[in-house]
This record gives sequence, structure tokens and C-alpha cells, in this order.
Amino acid sequence: MNEISNKWIGRNTIRPDGAEKVTGRAAYAADTNMPGMIWGKVLRSPHPHARIRGIDTSKAEALPGVKAVVTAKDFVDFPADKPVPLGIQDMRWMSRNMLAREKALFHGHPVAAVAAVDERTAAEACALIEVDYEVLPFAIEIDDAIAPDAPILHDFVQFDGKPSNIAGKLEHKLGDVDAGFAEADVVIERSFTTRPVHQGYIEPHACLVSVEPDGKTTVWSSSQGQFMVRAMTAFLTGIPQSKIRAIPAEIGGGFGGKTICYLEPVAAILARKSGKPVKMVMSREEVMRATGPTSGSKSTVKIGAKKDGTITAAQGVWYLQAGCLPGSPIRGAAGCAFAPYDIKNVHALGYDVVSNRSKVAAYRAPGAPIGAYAAECVLDEVAEAIGMDPLAFRLKNAAREGTKLAYGPVLPRIGYAETIEAAQKHPHYAVPLGKFQGRGVASGYWFNAGGESSAQVNITEDGNVVVTTGHPDIGGSRASIANITAELLGIDYNRVSVLIGDTATIGYSNLTGGSRVLFASAMVVTESTEKVIEQLKGRAAQIWGIAPDQVVWENGEARPIGEHSGNFPSMTLAELGAKANATGGPIGSGTQSNTIGAEGGFATHVVDVEVDADLGIVRVLRYTSFQDVGRAIHPAYVEGQMQGGAAQGIGWALNEEYIYDKKGRVDNPGFLDYRMPVCSDLPMLDAVMIEVPNPKHPQGIRGVGEVPLVPPLAAISNAVYRALGKRFYSLPMSPPKVLEALDMPMAAE
Amino acid sequence: MAKTHVSTTINGDPREFLCDPADSLLDVLRGPLGLTGAKEGCGSGDCGACSVTLDGRLVCACLVLAVEAEGHEIQTIEGMATGDHLHPLQQKFLEMAALQCGICTPGVLVAAKSLLERNPDPSETEVRYWLAGNLCRCTGYDKIVRAVMETAADMREAAR
Repeated sequence: MNEISNKWIGRNTIRPDGAEKVTGRAAYAADTNMPGMIWGKVLRSPHPHARIRGIDTSKAEALPGVKAVVTAKDFVDFPADKPVPLGIQDMRWMSRNMLAREKALFHGHPVAAVAAVDERTAAEACALIEVDYEVLPFAIEIDDAIAPDAPILHDFVQFDGKPSNIAGKLEHKLGDVDAGFAEADVVIERSFTTRPVHQGYIEPHACLVSVEPDGKTTVWSSSQGQFMVRAMTAFLTGIPQSKIRAIPAEIGGGFGGKTICYLEPVAAILARKSGKPVKMVMSREEVMRATGPTSGSKSTVKIGAKKDGTITAAQGVWYLQAGCLPGSPIRGAAGCAFAPYDIKNVHALGYDVVSNRSKVAAYRAPGAPIGAYAAECVLDEVAEAIGMDPLAFRLKNAAREGTKLAYGPVLPRIGYAETIEAAQKHPHYAVPLGKFQGRGVASGYWFNAGGESSAQVNITEDGNVVVTTGHPDIGGSRASIANITAELLGIDYNRVSVLIGDTATIGYSNLTGGSRVLFASAMVVTESTEKVIEQLKGRAAQIWGIAPDQVVWENGEARPIGEHSGNFPSMTLAELGAKANATGGPIGSGTQSNTIGAEGGFATHVVDVEVDADLGIVRVLRYTSFQDVGRAIHPAYVEGQMQGGAAQGIGWALNEEYIYDKKGRVDNPGFLDYRMPVCSDLPMLDAVMIEVPNPKHPQGIRGVGEVPLVPPLAAISNAVYRALGKRFYSLPMSPPKVLEALDMPMAAE
Repeated sequence: MAKTHVSTTINGDPREFLCDPADSLLDVLRGPLGLTGAKEGCGSGDCGACSVTLDGRLVCACLVLAVEAEGHEIQTIEGMATGDHLHPLQQKFLEMAALQCGICTPGVLVAAKSLLERNPDPSETEVRYWLAGNLCRCTGYDKIVRAVMETAADMREAAR
């Protein structure tokens, strides 16, 4: 790690994009317009499962004001038997998710799209499109999809040599679980279910696309990655990437749900066909029906331990809903569930199950909360069975430096044990509780990611700094980048501007996802800034006529050292910036890198709940998160990640769920009936940051954004158990379910 | 369909627009009037991202018909700062990192200002219930509630 003074790193600076965000001037995707712009709308399937025999668009095309109509035939065809991967996605599935091809696979699946002079005309035209459907039987829930007589969604999906809705399997093995369970004094096995939940970003998907007559395509859109937008638009439309400029609008929340494209390629072909810029904005109902969510699941976990608290074996099997096309986050569930623990014998299995629901999208630590929910609830029961405090039990088995995880890696220095110790010592853990109140704990792990990032650091002629990176800023990352740049250059934070480049103005940068943005961008910004400092020292040396190694950069100034020490007055960034052209030209440097060393993140949460026995409402009384954050470059935004993740976890545990009617349609596609936590539902959410620097990063950064959503589901379940003396094995623990449980006699479990 | 002419006052300025009878106030604010600070998160009055005031009353612009603006006074996020001088709530939200993605922020600020005009010394519970109509998915509300309460304290101090 760099020796740094910490003048700016660790300061809660005001974000560079702050003023426009509190005045309403920040331009989100739906806020952008163009002269001559027209509106695109999507026609969606009224059936959860139907073969498309034909589409007649003639009446829609004849409606006055309609400028273009498209169906899947207007896009690149990706045969189902030839994988075309892009990151973790596959273009075979992305193309069919964007517009139905052979079949409509869920209620709300896009079938065609129209561009017209205004939104109402476009909607009217959609209603005139005639689709000849052969309605097919459908399956929504996992059990229905894996039943022997289940309707098969895809002929090309086979499992064990037979057509199946199980589209994939993943297995991690370490040691010998049978031998491990044989050594155990206590073995507990439980089965769980969770419901699909939506990422719940407040900003619906939106884009504006203009295609010039020469084919130049400009995309303004809300996404977690302008380079993902460029690549997917290119793949799905056939327009070469070099012709596409994807400009990242400010993004109104993503949480993983904006790591794939729904609208941009459709708008691009509508724009090309119509010769006009096309704007598309989803309604909230479209967002709820046809984007995200994350998987619903069923799982079984078995854990064995000795009386002294040593876990001897852990086994888990998770079935995750992929939605209508393959690709659920089984890796997150099976890989992260047992990762906080040093367990010699582990067997984790995940199955990817397709059914007639919208295709799942990433949601904050995809799969990991589902894995941890089952594992951490069973751990709680095992701890109770052997008479150990749940935190002490976790600490005894905590993964540490050198622990081998079942999914492969050997852990470097981590701060997991520190999160447990901090929870044990925290006043929260000792507060007495009353009737119908309970305290639960749980831990969680997330992989974190590195990957491709680019940065350019330029010195202006007046000696200030402009930093350009390639990642949409969802939670304040610009402020952290400015803190780091100011720190390295030894200048005031306010002299650093941080911009997010578009695909034409900055080098390739992977998604804002995987908790990777600050880890990766700090690396490339650091390398670029260090190169700039070398340039600045060289320029000063040139002016002074001494060797560059006789110059140091300190406190924002070049200073001669050694035999020249004191011979020349120091030169500031402003003075060197002003002389740049006379000393060799503009000063600036870029770095493009595939970053590595993003080590995993760990957290432990403690929560107190109270159950309202009359209404069945579970209220969160107090919540404290303890997380190894590596190094908090901007502590308030790190706390913000921890608090936001806890709040989403509270929603997932207590209220949020997709409800389907008997016809296979989402019955609660709006914020009134899909009940996310509101301000009056929550207490303050305390965040305790523990800084165990990542040894593989120049500032010690670990990803912090996703692990906060991993522990809450189990922590709250464990708290409800202690409040009622009764365990729930399915989420959400919503009022009807709680009331039903309260009405039943306390079972002898 | 014939358009309706509407004369109204927005952020203190007289404004006129033509609208369809079915247009919401949010449609005309974001469309012909070019005031895109109010956001459409749901279009059904559930998220509060389009919060504005109508004659001082806090409303969701998506639930008000544009024609209802006739003869009334609308205040939007664009009217909250004075010149380049941010409202104390805006400044405090920046200082306390009470926003992450920022999409709910204009609506939350308009709602919080409306609260402090009625109740300069709200309790935490009063803040939480007043803001219960403004969904935020990023922050868990913690820093928002703290920022509103600190601003209220600062404004009370300044008014002494």
C-alpha cells in the first residue's frame, strides 16, 4: 500500500455531481430529448407461454403517425444451440429476452415494438398488431417446473439426457461430507423457500437512440455500463461497435438490474427504420412484469457440529428460478453460503430452473442472500442445539487467512473474525429485550470483482485536474475517485473534477457491478496519477536543468532534493501546468487494465425485531451492520451502502414478493402492492465499518456494495424465531404468514 | 383532440401551456415546460419522485391533471435554490451524503421542505411518517432522516 497522508482519503467530501442532483438538473435517461424525436412502445404477450405462429403488423403500420414497427425478424438471430457469451450473459438468451422469437415465454414478454409521433399513438398501434398465438400450458413455480409432467419451455434444454426445465447445475465439493457428518454430535437439516424480489430501482428503464443516415448510432440510456450497452446493442442489431456511441445518463438505481439491455437495441432498429431519434421509457408496471427480478428459490441445508462447536460438515442444495431463459445466480448461492466458515467437508449444489416468469437479472450479490439465508438459519439452530452463543459459534468456525473455500480460493488476510468480535463488544448485543422481541445475527460473504477499467488523468493549463473513468456512478463513486486523486497529488479536493466518459471518450470499462467500481477504478486512477506525477517531476527537472531523480513530488509541489536541495524554489501544479506546452506538451496519462486482487467481502449483522401479535407485523427495532470494508475512502458513502443493503434485506425478509394469479400473471406489478420498505417502516440503520485493508490494492480497497444484502434475511429470521419461539422456513415473513403461525399451537420442534 | 389552454404560476413565474385533458401535471412539467427535476418512478402516486407543491400543498404531480393547474401556484425542485444559493436542505443532503443515485432526491427535498414549513421542529417519527410517501431504494432513509432533522435544527438556530 502507498504511504499516504490521509488528508482526503477518509474524508466525507461533497460529491462532484452533487449540486445537479439536489437541484433537479442532473440528466437521467428519461430527461433527455432530441429535436424530431418520436416514441417507442413495446407490445407484450398476454400469455405466460405461447408459440408465436405469426405476427401481422400491417394495421399498426397503416395507423397515421406510426413511423416504424419491428419484430424479432428485424434483429440478429442467435440459434439456440450455439452459445454466444458476453460476460456472464449469453446472446441467445438476451436476444430472446429482448423480443420473443419462437415463443412468448412469460406474461409481459415483448413481442413487437412500434415507434410513432407520440406515446399514445405508439400504444394505439401496439394494440393493432395481430399475433397468432398457440397458447401452451405454463409453469410458474419451481415445483411445477421440475414436476415429471411439467410443460417444457425449451426443446434444446436437456438434463440427464431428457428434455427438462433444469437448465444447469453447479457443484462445489471439499473433503468428504459423509465422514464429516459421522463425526458430528449434532446434525440439523432444514428446507427453505424464498420468493422472487425486484431490485426496486426508482428509475424505470429508459433510453434515447439516434441513428444517422450513415449508420452512426448514439445511445443515451440508464444502465450500469455504457460498454455493456454498446456491446449488446451491437450483438443484437448487427451494428458494429465502432459505429455505436453509448453515453451513460445519470442512473436512478440499478442494484444489478441494469446490467443487461431491454430497450436500447429495440430503439436502435426503430430509429434506423424510421429515420428519427426514438425515445423509450418503461412504465413501472412494465418494470415489474418484465425486468429483473432475482430468483425465487427452494433449498435444503444440512450442517453438523461437535459439542465443542466445531462444524464438521455442511451440505446444501439450491434450486433457483432463472425465469424464462437459463441463467440464475446459482454460483452466488452455492459459492457464498458456507464461505464465511472454515469447514473441512463441504458439498454445495445448485440447479438452474427455467419457468414462465420474466428472466431474472442480477440483484446485489446475486444468489448470495439466498444461499446465506438457508445456511445461516441452520447455523443458528445448530448453535442453539449445542448451547453456544450464535456469535461465539460463528467466531469459533470463522474463515481466516489461509482458509480453503469449497469453491476454490485460499483466503488472504480478511476481516471476518473482526466483524464478529465487533458485534460481540457492541452495546447493541447487550440491550435487554421484552416480550415478542428477539435478536438475531447472521453473517455473509460476497466474491467481489475486479476486471477491466480505464482512466485518464489530465492536468489543465491552469493546473487543475480532470479525471475521466468509464463506470456509471450510482452511489457516489466520483467523490471517492476525487478523494484518491487529491490525496496522491497533494492538492485540494475541489481542484479535481471527475467525469464518466462515454464509449467514445474513455477506454473499455466493465460494468458498475460486482462491487468492483471503486476497487478497479482506484487502481487505474492511481496508476495514471502516478504517471502524471512522474511527468510533473520530469518537467520540473527540465526547467531546473537537473536529473528527474533529483526531484520529489510533495504536497502538490515539485521540489529539488540531494545536491540540488534548496537551489530552486518549489514548483506548484499550477506553475507546471502553465509551462506544459513549453516543456514538452500537455500533461496527462491514461491507464487501461484488467484489474485483479479484488478479495471477498464479509459482514455480520445484528438485528432486534418486535412482532405485533395482533397484526402479524414484524417491526425492526434496531439494526447494526458490521463489515470489513477494507478501506473507507469516503466513509459516508460506505455507510450508505451498508444501510441501503440492510434496508433491501429487511424488505426481502418481511414483505417483498412476486404474487402470481392463476393465469400466470404478476398480480402486484406496482409499488402499492409490491411493498418495499418506506421511511416509517425502518429505524436508523447503524453501520460499523471495520478496516482490514486489502493487501492487493494500492489503497486497501475491498468492494463494499453487495455484501450488505447477504446477512439480513437470516438475521431477521433468527430474530423472529427468538421473538416467537417459532421458526419460519419461508420468506417473506409477511403479516398473513405471521398471523397464521401465531394462530397455530406452538409446535414441538 | 383539442388542447386546453392553461395559465398557471410555476416557481413564482407566470406560465402558460396547452395540454390534452388526460395529461398529468407531471407530463406537462417534464414535457412542454422542460422541468425534468420531478421524476416519474411509478405514475401512480406510490413513489413520490414527482413531488411538487400546489398552493403549498404537497402532491404527486402524476396524480394531478395538468388542467387543474389553472390559476394555481406550483413549486418544483427547480425553484428550491435561490440563484446559486442552495436551500439549507439541499446543502445538508450533500454534506451528509443523504443521496446515492439521486433519482428520489428532488421529490424527497420538496417533501422535506414542505414538512419544515409546517413543523420546524419535527421528531424523528414525524419525519419518517411525512416522508413515508417518498420511496428511496438506495439509502435505507437513515441519512435522509438525519439530514432533515439537522437542517431543521440549523434553521431554528438561524431564525433565533
